[in-house]
Amino acid sequence: MTRTGRWIGRHLVLFAGFLVLLYLFTPIFVVVLMSFNDPKSRLSYEFDGFTLRNWQDPCQPFGLCDAVSTSLRIGLLATVLATALGTLMAFAMVRHRYRGRAATSLFIFLPMASPEIVLGSSLLALFVSAGFGGVLGFWTILIAHVMFCLSFVVVTVKARLAGMDTRLEQAAMDLYANEWQTFWRITFPLVFPGILAAALLSFSLSFDDFIITNLNAGRTVTFPMYVWGSAQRDIPPQINVIGTAMFMLAVLLVLGGELARRRRSR
Amino acid sequence: MAGDLVLSGLTKRFGAFTAVDDLDLTVPRGAFFALLGPSGCGKTTTLRMVAGLEEPTAGSIGLGDDDITGLRPYKRPVNTVFQNYALFPHLDIFENVAFGLRRRGVKEIRRQVEEMLELVELVGYGDRRPAQLSGGQQQRVALARALINRPEVLLLDEPLGALDLKLRRQMQIELKRIQTEVGITFVHVTHDQEEAMTMADTIAVMNAGVIEQRGAPAVLYDLPATTFVANFLGQSNLVAGTILERSGEDLVIDAHGSKQVVPVKRSRVADGEVWVGIRPEKVFLARAGSETDTGANSLRGGVVTDVSYCGVSTQYLARMPWNQELTVFEQNTGARDTFAVGDSVDLHWQPSHTFVLDARQDATAGVEAEETG
Ligand SMILES: Nc1ncnc2c1ncn2[C@@H]1O[C@H](COP(=O)(O)OP(=O)(O)O)[C@@H](O)[C@H]1O
Ligand SMILES: [Mg+2]
Repeated sequence: MTRTGRWIGRHLVLFAGFLVLLYLFTPIFVVVLMSFNDPKSRLSYEFDGFTLRNWQDPCQPFGLCDAVSTSLRIGLLATVLATALGTLMAFAMVRHRYRGRAATSLFIFLPMASPEIVLGSSLLALFVSAGFGGVLGFWTILIAHVMFCLSFVVVTVKARLAGMDTRLEQAAMDLYANEWQTFWRITFPLVFPGILAAALLSFSLSFDDFIITNLNAGRTVTFPMYVWGSAQRDIPPQINVIGTAMFMLAVLLVLGGELARRRRSR
Repeated sequence: MAGDLVLSGLTKRFGAFTAVDDLDLTVPRGAFFALLGPSGCGKTTTLRMVAGLEEPTAGSIGLGDDDITGLRPYKRPVNTVFQNYALFPHLDIFENVAFGLRRRGVKEIRRQVEEMLELVELVGYGDRRPAQLSGGQQQRVALARALINRPEVLLLDEPLGALDLKLRRQMQIELKRIQTEVGITFVHVTHDQEEAMTMADTIAVMNAGVIEQRGAPAVLYDLPATTFVANFLGQSNLVAGTILERSGEDLVIDAHGSKQVVPVKRSRVADGEVWVGIRPEKVFLARAGSETDTGANSLRGGVVTDVSYCGVSTQYLARMPWNQELTVFEQNTGARDTFAVGDSVDLHWQPSHTFVLDARQDATAGVEAEETG
């Protein structure tokens, strides 16, 4: 074999890794690129020219920023509610022995296993038959989002909690910490990474959801619904601005978390 | 305020299983007290009840004049060094040690923590995390974290169990030094009989939820009250016998056809079937038919079946005519005969080294437990 052949052989893993990364990041790169696009016509899918105009006025397309704001509000509220409820449920399921504990686990798992289209349509049937057919909108979307986020929160927090040694809490009690102090000084800080992960997951699930949302939205429009709707006609480049901004935010959050972790475990 | 720790009628049942059974125990104030027993005998459960982490099914726990049975763990002047240390992984060493002081709102935390880190020889480790320390260092942090609160009683649950032999010996000496220095009552749980004997001034031997015997190490070793103690604390030869008569201050016992004399006060029973007990190192091994000191107890007709040379001593196994193998330790002082496999031997020992136990007890109780422990 030639020298270059051997060099390639040795670095095959690196090469494969690079290809996978390329595969993963090409779409994101396109989104970032298209956020600077200056399309010649309304239905252009090509990069016609560079401009900063999209970034200077992302709210220019009618209804875009309203949709983003709706999605953000639903996302934040659903995250807070699902995380709080789900964390409490996870504690109950890990820390208490009660009748029907195994059944609860199964029921919690079911929404994750069912197809979204089924969940969404049966939820719609439920809302309509309960007499909420006329008021579909922000609140029905929120209820739906809390519902499907809940399962993910419970599973995530449960995993973290199950891995925690209860003797740490007993040690704290032995060292004069009452129940309240034990929870906030020991239990919560140790479970917190799990709760945070659950919250981030909830937010991205909620912000992203289309199928269930679309079925239960009434006349309310969320960001994914807006994008889908405009994809029928044209895609305003501002959508890519929002997409890029969300991506940057996520990257910053991950970087910040990693930095904090490094500093803690110096 | 400070006083003896008194457990009375303490019982803990998990469902139908009784882990601790009607335990009565007094730990004198300032004692280094060892709770010794095989794994699963209820030691941890007992400690947890004293710490308040387990609720007794019955019985009470007193400390000095106070009944602490129903107090929450954080209301008790008792601290625990947990079996696996249970250090808080998200806090550094300083905060781990300061934890108890902070909860009680104590002032001058920094000075006290530094003093405590000095006592356990961990100066300069304050800003490390538990995961960055070795097992022995973590053990000392756990000790410091409990001791800094100056509890009336310090509970140690197999604190040295996870350390290798060399470090364990070193920490035994350390612990003993620290206990003498601070003068706090230590209740030290262990399944290692050697550890219990070298460290404690009083040992309680526990088996299957009950205390078999309690006393100073030398007393327990010299005169075990049950076959379990005889086998678990060191080793014993237990030979079946029958009490024939009492003559003055002595009992005369027939053991496989030879007469043994034992002081009455060294026997647990007055008549009937018994175990005649003798420690292996108290036995004098001699060539068959040799003369002995007058008054010595003897068992004759043994054949050496195994010789293990251990440096300072040699361990022999001698098969007796009734097919029992007895163990003999001989010090390698050079002044004694050595024997080989197949040699015919007699066993002699002093009546004052003999002890007599009730034959209804299982002669093998505590044997395996000691080997696996
Ligand atoms: N929470 C519990 N539930 C049921 N059984 C238990 C529990 N805790 C301990 N036990 C049982 O009680 C016995 C004594 O346990 P433990 O006190 O931990 O023994 P030791 O510390 O002497 O090894 C063991 O047989 C153990 O299985
Ligand atoms: Mg134990």
